[in-house]
Amino acid sequence: MLVWIVLAPLIGVLVNGVVFASGIWKKLLNGDEHTEKRIVSFVGCGVILASAILSTLAFLKLSLTDEKHIIQELFVWIPSGELKIGFEFLLDSLSCVMSLVVTWVSFLIHVYSIGYMHEDRSYSRYFTYLNMFVFFMLLLVLGNNFPLMFVGWEGVGLASYLLIGFWYEDAEKAYAGRKAFIINRIGDFGFILGIFLIFFVFGSLNYQEVFSRALSPEFMDAIPQAVITTIALLLFVGAVGKSAQFPLYVWLPDAMAGPTPVSALIHAATMVTAGVYMIARCNVFYSQSPTAQMIVVGIATFTAFLAATIAITQNDIKKVLAYSTVSQLGYMFMGVGSGAYVAGMFHLVTHAFFKALLFLGSGSVIHALGGEQDIRKMGGLRRFLPVTSITFLIGTLAISGVPLFSGFFSKDEILGALYEKGYGICWFIALVTAVLTAFYMLRLYILTFEGKPRIPEDLKHHIHESPPSMLIPLIILAVLSVAGGYIGIPEFMWKSIGIEGENLFERFLSSSILSTEQVTHHALPHGSLTHWGLVALSVLAAFVGIALAVYMYAINPVLPERLTEKPIVSLLYRGSYGKWFVDEIYDLVFVKTFVNLSKLLALFDLKVIDGAVNGIAGAIRALASVLRTAQTGLLRFYAALMAIGVTAILVYMILSARF
Amino acid sequence: MMGVPIEHYLVLSAILFVIGAYGVIIRKNLIIVLMSLELMLNSANIAFVAFSRALLDMTGHVFMIMALTVAAVEVAVGLALVVAIYMHKETLDIDVLKMLKG
Repeated sequence: MLVWIVLAPLIGVLVNGVVFASGIWKKLLNGDEHTEKRIVSFVGCGVILASAILSTLAFLKLSLTDEKHIIQELFVWIPSGELKIGFEFLLDSLSCVMSLVVTWVSFLIHVYSIGYMHEDRSYSRYFTYLNMFVFFMLLLVLGNNFPLMFVGWEGVGLASYLLIGFWYEDAEKAYAGRKAFIINRIGDFGFILGIFLIFFVFGSLNYQEVFSRALSPEFMDAIPQAVITTIALLLFVGAVGKSAQFPLYVWLPDAMAGPTPVSALIHAATMVTAGVYMIARCNVFYSQSPTAQMIVVGIATFTAFLAATIAITQNDIKKVLAYSTVSQLGYMFMGVGSGAYVAGMFHLVTHAFFKALLFLGSGSVIHALGGEQDIRKMGGLRRFLPVTSITFLIGTLAISGVPLFSGFFSKDEILGALYEKGYGICWFIALVTAVLTAFYMLRLYILTFEGKPRIPEDLKHHIHESPPSMLIPLIILAVLSVAGGYIGIPEFMWKSIGIEGENLFERFLSSSILSTEQVTHHALPHGSLTHWGLVALSVLAAFVGIALAVYMYAINPVLPERLTEKPIVSLLYRGSYGKWFVDEIYDLVFVKTFVNLSKLLALFDLKVIDGAVNGIAGAIRALASVLRTAQTGLLRFYAALMAIGVTAILVYMILSARF
Repeated sequence: MMGVPIEHYLVLSAILFVIGAYGVIIRKNLIIVLMSLELMLNSANIAFVAFSRALLDMTGHVFMIMALTVAAVEVAVGLALVVAIYMHKETLDIDVLKMLKG
């Protein structure tokens, strides 16, 4: 059964890719486009639905029986001496959560894409890529060893590249695709080095073998702490690339060049969270290396804050959401980095719901406005797009951490974990980031849906609410964005309302968190704040951000402009608007240096290498032009020469002979 | 065993060879060149049989028959080429036929 979860999307790839995207249907079978689109959408969504239903069944089997994990071995993939890599799948609570999120969110986004991409002429190619992405993502999640995860890891990178550059006629979009691909390679380099080191140290790449060895004290005593830290950090380098953390986050905002459902699926809900999943999977390593944990939390905190400061000034609706994704990924890494693996995974799940919702909502807006993405040219859209605006508002409130919405529970758990584990400074920065998050999301909502319309007149008359295939996923995701949080209500909240409850999500996931040091919710060693005090602070943070945004953009709309006239604010504004010029710095430091080095090497190639080759050829040609004069073409000349030669040899022999 | 001493045969062979070689080098007509070549081959044949008789060894005869056969083949091919060349170039002057000049 497990294998079909992964293989179902592959069937979709084969059908859509070979029959339709290749042009066989259109050119060989003379099929019409309407039928093609219907079959492609049916197959594309159907296989994902099948995969989603299968993973739900797997989830039921896992949660209703005592089985901790299900392993399905298919065959030995790479047998090579000591190294034996099986093609096998593992379903434990961790991969189960991931595959549920991936398949169901993918299904909703596939359905949404039917409406969103309907006009596109590369419709079947789009669905082929999208199915391919789901296949690789499930391979990444369900693989039972590091190489399989790596195959999935690279595969989703490929799908991401193909979909970012989906409209490749536009040079800028093709460039964004290449940028994402190349920056991801840097991360993958670290990841694969980490895998090598794991094999070198543990002698295996199978999860069960590696982690059981990493957990046995006898085995670990022989291994220096620094080695574990190195493994953890190398794996984290991979996560930094894929999950867009500082300093490799720059590809994600540019990845918004792809179609909006792709941004929702790949660059918000699923692929970019692969790094979080990987760290949760390797929790054994991280829990044994406080140094690595500190670095992860540090980078995550910095990323979350940096991205949030950029998001507050961007004017492109998708760019705001992209930076928000980077920032939220920072939160997830704070969770898994500080040892609160469950909290990090919980935020991954809720984030998948509300960020997919927000992106699909923005897609609905872009669709309605015929491709306009600049929020300065929107405003007042609530009247035209009622369903989109309500669902978008729900997503906004969820990400801001307003109580009773899903983001509240998950973000709160991460903040609580940071505080409990003694990352006081990081906790404070995360709290400030929460204010910024609420601020930029409300700003985005208000500028898009509220106030007076700033839409150009010629666009106004054809604004329309999206078709049902787009609205139904929005509504379902909106429901999930609210309800998703209730699977992980922490214990202390249950107690406060007098019910003997427990954190269901944590109980389910705990079987996959193998490390001994688990999230504890009873001790608060570092200060006077109680659980409810922490909750109150993060709620306060959310409301401060919301109030600020409402005041600045709804009540007093001239205020932002007046603020930017002040020198310090203006400086900060320009810095933030220019994304702190990170792209420019990278361009100057890395790209320019690389290009100049390449030019130098090209010169070497041209002058030295080509010079040597051409020089030898020239010398031989010169020698030949001397020798060719002997070839007169006159038969008599050759004959005479031969006679002279033979005579000369004879004379020599006669003279040198001893009689 | 009395008779002509071997030196006479060898001198004859040498004279014929030199005449042949001279012909190959000097003459311009391709057919004459071929004829001169035949002359050179036959001079060698004379030397072969002369040695064969003097040394009472039949190997020389064998070589002579062999050379004759080869010469016959060579003439057949050579004359066919001459005809083909003439049909193409309408000349047999080997000073004109120098397409292989480097």
